Amino acid sequence: MKQILILSGKGGTGKTTVAAGLAHLASGTASLVLADADVDASNLELVLHPQLEETTPFEGGVKAVIDPDLCTACGRCAEVCRFEAVLAGDEAYAVDPVACEGCAACYYQCPVEAIAMNPTQAGEWYRSRTPWGVLFHARLFPGEENSGKLVTTVKQNANLWAIREKADYMLVDGPPGIGCPVIAATAGTHLALLVTEPSMSGLHDLERILGTVAHFQVEAAVVVNKWDLKPSRAAEIEAFCRDRGVSLIGRIPYDDAVTRAMVSGEPVTAVTDGPVTAELWRIWRAVADILAD
Amino acid sequence: MIISVASGKGGTGKTTVAVGLALALLEKPPADVASVTLVDCDVEAPNAALFLRPALGPEEVVELLVPSVDAERCTLCGRCAEVCQYHALAVVVDKVLVFEDLCHGCGSCTMVCPEGAISEVPHRIGTVARGRVGSMRFAHGHLDIGRPIAVPIIRQAKRGMHDDKGVLVLDAPPGAACPAVASMRGADFVLLVTESTPFGLHDLQAALQVARDELGIPVGVVINRDGIGDDGVERFCLDEKVPILLRIPFERRIAESYADGVPITQTVPELRTGLLELYGRVREAVA
Repeated sequence: MKQILILSGKGGTGKTTVAAGLAHLASGTASLVLADADVDASNLELVLHPQLEETTPFEGGVKAVIDPDLCTACGRCAEVCRFEAVLAGDEAYAVDPVACEGCAACYYQCPVEAIAMNPTQAGEWYRSRTPWGVLFHARLFPGEENSGKLVTTVKQNANLWAIREKADYMLVDGPPGIGCPVIAATAGTHLALLVTEPSMSGLHDLERILGTVAHFQVEAAVVVNKWDLKPSRAAEIEAFCRDRGVSLIGRIPYDDAVTRAMVSGEPVTAVTDGPVTAELWRIWRAVADILAD
Repeated sequence: MIISVASGKGGTGKTTVAVGLALALLEKPPADVASVTLVDCDVEAPNAALFLRPALGPEEVVELLVPSVDAERCTLCGRCAEVCQYHALAVVVDKVLVFEDLCHGCGSCTMVCPEGAISEVPHRIGTVARGRVGSMRFAHGHLDIGRPIAVPIIRQAKRGMHDDKGVLVLDAPPGAACPAVASMRGADFVLLVTESTPFGLHDLQAALQVARDELGIPVGVVINRDGIGDDGVERFCLDEKVPILLRIPFERRIAESYADGVPITQTVPELRTGLLELYGRVREAVA
């Protein structure tokens, strides 16, 4: 079983469009398990017709709660908190749950044991059936911490399923950025597919995500979406990939079929046989070739 | 006045709007705006500087204080590992291992060590640089490659950048998790930039929950690439009574000049008026 992870650095370059298109195309000849690792903006479910089969609560971490009856307003908690999460009060202090990172420093320092560390449900994760494979996805409750831990939970469950069902591939739609959820998503990945766009921002962020996957020793290949929207910037990306010795395996043209597909809730490859679908086919064959080596 | 420009979904045009708003205010400052500042809080993928080309001062290194255990004094009692909520410390046979990248720098282990064997040492996680674009003050941060924790860099980038008589525009990262929260917290108003597609709508809902429901900050929506997709965002804003403050049309010239790092106020000069009107409505909502 080979794991493919779609990343981008910059948001909105087309990760989910590529993920859904590849899932739709590849599932014709191979068995897939799908995962959406963008747990605070999970969009893959919007185009894969998921039929929910299982929901599991996700316990994020703990958050401090101060008992106002026990609190003597000594201020020790505010003194030790480094996350600006303790709000001072005349008679009792309180914790801002949005700012609290659950470190429990205040809990251990409170001289009158007025603080409890309460577990919080930070989200839930789902197993759904789709026409193109079983999908593992999740929802981090807005404003919660621990997105990396939820990504790991989603991926571990998808991985177990893929191994048990002897799937050929696990295809993972990743989060934007280069930080904690991205790092969590790279674990166990055989190939990172980096989706970029022909713009200064696209190239700038491609360089950062390429550095990140290289740091974790994951092989990468690049896909340029909306390739023809700015040919001069596309050429820059092409040169950059050559310089870095990373293969550029796809040039997806701009096509409003992509938006139409999103609106009708389908993978783009299900609504058009045009150039976007042809290119996604080429990309899938290139991915399969790389992973066959 | 602090205005945070956020979105939920990535790539909807946060940087376009943040840069456009800051430049519109700078070029034709309303009477109440004594200064304009922009802080790029997307420290994982910071792009505002590509559009503003600021003159930057030296980089400040952002460090997290992580534990360092003095082996001479450590009795391997394990109290530090017990209190650490992030599993950043582990006691093995003859020493304490520290996993710096899991550490949030809370200092709890140092405080509880009964032998006073733990001291805190700086661990580099990124950088912040400050500078100017004409009379606009500017700051951005960069998370170092391979480091997971972005929030301390966001906090440091924001620090000291706000003055009461000016407008501070924060360009937030995508999503609705801690980096996005850190970039909205303390703002007087959150502008949610979206596009009129099901993806834009889905992620707008999450961002709205953070900004309005969790943080209690007034919000307004900017629809970018107006006209593509469907009317789901419009209907949602109507139902939720969220004002739509600006629409940016979908035009090839906008996409092309975006690609070249040209601010939208240069490509579509008439948008300046719209952005200043937007500011006026934000001011009314905050007052």
